[in-house]
Amino acid sequence: MHEWALAEAVVAATVKVAEQQRLKTITAIKVRLGELQQIEQEVFEFALKEILMRHEPLLRNAGIELEIERASFQCRNCEKEWTFSESNLNPEEAESIHFVPEIAHVYMRCPACSSPDFEVIQGRGVWLASLEGV
Amino acid sequence: MDPRPEIIGQRLASIKNIIAVAGGKGGVGKSTVATMLALILRERGYRVGLLDLDFYGPSTHVILGIPEGTQPREEKGIIPPEVHGLQFMSLVYYAGDKPSPLRGLDVSNALMELLAITRWNNLDFLIVDMPPGLGDTTLDVIRWLKKARFLAVTTPSRVALETVKKLLSLLIELDASIIGIIENMRRDGDSLSCDELASYDVPILGGLPFDAELEGSLGNPRQLLKTPLVQALNKIVLKAKLA
Repeated sequence: MHEWALAEAVVAATVKVAEQQRLKTITAIKVRLGELQQIEQEVFEFALKEILMRHEPLLRNAGIELEIERASFQCRNCEKEWTFSESNLNPEEAESIHFVPEIAHVYMRCPACSSPDFEVIQGRGVWLASLEGV
Repeated sequence: MDPRPEIIGQRLASIKNIIAVAGGKGGVGKSTVATMLALILRERGYRVGLLDLDFYGPSTHVILGIPEGTQPREEKGIIPPEVHGLQFMSLVYYAGDKPSPLRGLDVSNALMELLAITRWNNLDFLIVDMPPGLGDTTLDVIRWLKKARFLAVTTPSRVALETVKKLLSLLIELDASIIGIIENMRRDGDSLSCDELASYDVPILGGLPFDAELEGSLGNPRQLLKTPLVQALNKIVLKAKLA
């Protein structure tokens, strides 16, 4: 489960923001999970909780909110827009994108003109959306 | 907020030395020098990793010869598989033999992702095979791999020389650490580029001979280690006090 590594990154980013804003306790963390990376939500949440527990007292009581952001793409060649659910990937290809989302350009093509030159408009990967604290 | 930059320092904390093998120009032998250097340091008993950052034309897996089906292990991140004694990481695990048509931002994102999820295991040296060019990857390595020291590779060709000068200028301007310059693919009668590069105040570490037989040793580390190229590179390792 490489989700653990990304959960560690979220916690490290949270600690940094807390230090910058001189917060003593973080009460809520909101993380956006881009659909393209296909993060296993339960695994990620488990990892995040485990790692947060280790940061007493700053993060121990932080509530977690996870939000899935649907992935969408736009072709730079023909401007066609499409969504991840319309992508025709086999399990091996999808797994490779899970590890490095930019691998989408290796296996995905514009459904209209077959170009690999497209932009990930939204829903790429893990993003610390917001946090609350006192 | 992108959380990945905040974990990169932790991921690299267990690495004592990072050497980025660069040159600016394609085809000067950066990947060969990077792979050979990694193998030489391994032979000397060090714990060594090799990271291929040439996403458009990765080739260290060919030079090193990775067994078919080799894949990283998942354990709280990605554990680079050990290939011929080296912890080896490359985008080929995910892209296979297909092209990776990535734009600049995608290159930076892919690099940051690899740095954020890869768990290196206590390395004395991480050798980084840099892509041609002075753009995204060079700037990202300077930004994220703070410990990186650059080893510049050029050839006796004036074409390569012009590009390596630009690389050196950029590295000096950005205050990056430079180990020195290696002149690869030298033939009898070629003169070292010492005069041309003297003004940069960067050590000229020496030359590596052009080896017409090298192709036959690719993919076979034991054979690679017996080549004249490795003998010459060994001298440079000593001269530069790399190990």
